[in-house]
Amino acid sequence: MDIRRRGILKAGGGTGVLALAAAAGLIRAGGAFAQQWNKAAFETKTVAATLKALGGGGSVESAQVQIIAPDIAENGAVVPITIESGLAKTQSIAILIEKNPSTLSADFDIPEGTDPFITTRVKMAETSNIYAVVKADGKYFHAVKEIKVTLGGCGG
Amino acid sequence: MRYRLPVLVLAAMCSGACVAQQDTQKEIERYRQLLAEGNPADLFEARGEELWKAPRGPKKASLEQCDLGLGAGVVKGAYAQLPRYFSDTDRVQDLESRLVTCRVTLQGFTPGDAVKNPFSAPGRSSDMEALASYVAAESKGMKLDAPLSHPKEVEAFRIGEQLFYRRAGPHDFACVSCHGETGRRIRLQELPKLTDPKDARKIFTTWPAYRVSQGTVRTMQHRLYDCYWQMRHPQLDYVSEASIALEVFMAKYANGGEIQAPGLKR
Amino acid sequence: MADPMRIRASMAGDKVEVRVLMSHEMETGLRKDANGALVPAHFIQNVTVTHAGKTVLSAQWGTSISKNPFVHFRFKGGKPGEKVTISWVDNKGERRTDEAVIISG
Repeated sequence: MDIRRRGILKAGGGTGVLALAAAAGLIRAGGAFAQQWNKAAFETKTVAATLKALGGGGSVESAQVQIIAPDIAENGAVVPITIESGLAKTQSIAILIEKNPSTLSADFDIPEGTDPFITTRVKMAETSNIYAVVKADGKYFHAVKEIKVTLGGCGG
Repeated sequence: MRYRLPVLVLAAMCSGACVAQQDTQKEIERYRQLLAEGNPADLFEARGEELWKAPRGPKKASLEQCDLGLGAGVVKGAYAQLPRYFSDTDRVQDLESRLVTCRVTLQGFTPGDAVKNPFSAPGRSSDMEALASYVAAESKGMKLDAPLSHPKEVEAFRIGEQLFYRRAGPHDFACVSCHGETGRRIRLQELPKLTDPKDARKIFTTWPAYRVSQGTVRTMQHRLYDCYWQMRHPQLDYVSEASIALEVFMAKYANGGEIQAPGLKR
Repeated sequence: MADPMRIRASMAGDKVEVRVLMSHEMETGLRKDANGALVPAHFIQNVTVTHAGKTVLSAQWGTSISKNPFVHFRFKGGKPGEKVTISWVDNKGERRTDEAVIISG
């Protein structure tokens, strides 16, 4: 029940991209898990465009969104990043990497009962700002952190 | 002696830069710690265990009767006492060369086929990396105790020692050029002094390791092969006598160190 | 068929702490092979985690999630002995589902 209902709510109430995607048939229906993949959002190349594609054009910086990550990554192929939101009714957490060829790295849906906390690993093409974008109670908030990507040595 | 003076002078002058380097080092330590909670080498360990038990080769046999030094089929603790002399082949062998031996004797592969594809490449995984991960993990937490008593083990040590110190190639490098002094580094990568047990015990025992820059587990054979390439020496052949001799040499200084393999590295 | 995931689901207080390692190339589509040809993108697009029929996490991924992805998260409502099921689908339509039993912390 949950997944289909959420799908309908998104397509119906969302701004711009998702509604268009639904209309254009980009959202694949069928099966027990109706899989959506926000193609347009994954193709944007700036933070502003990505925020807009996610519906978060008016995102506000918030100290309640925490990014826990090293200041320096020994190798850009694997950069550990943890995002924790202290905002009530957190619905989703997205990771944006400003200088990557595609800005949007991931978008996590946080159902009720799941902690607004995610740890994963991302690829960074070069030293860049990382944005954690949180949707809470229908509104968007974000935090920024710069992570330096170094040239390593020999890897011993 | 003359050549060392400028280095000492630089060391005395380096205050600001040194502090910056220390901060950088701390951040890199943090980066490594944050990665420690999930080592992709786990995936290789699981695949290695499957490969160990899978019937393969012309004889359609598994590796479960392979003798890694503690008896046929004994995997637990085997990695902690390699490299060592084996009477059935009458030579000193490391883990990978022993796996090759078992592929030939138990599974029926030709010696040529048994050494094919030791190092994975994009789109082409290597069974060796998975097998080495599995076997090494079965010695995790144990102290390295590679023997150095049999005449052939002692001979291998002496050959390894010669190779370690012998400068060659267009850069006139030897292993000792990078690994002969404490506190050396290349860019931001620290270089262990491999003849100092303090360093050797912590580093030698973290191989094989998942290397994030390579996106796969790399073994000690690959590390040596890569070092030889970086020194612009001629290619170090897979499981060659020279490669094993170097491992016997290094193991002497690393003995007593706790096996923390498969590790996780840049 | 892709290699199995390594899943660890354990109790941390009244929450279930899940750590999962997935085996996937996560090819970006920007890499060139030895012949100079672009290797096509091959990456996990959707991840779904369920417990007792309820979705406890779902995600859409792009190509910049690292190779052999790792995810760590926590949810409430699970108990030792119950199962956590994780599924992924990639852009080629390949999929993988694995499950793990929740253990005590």
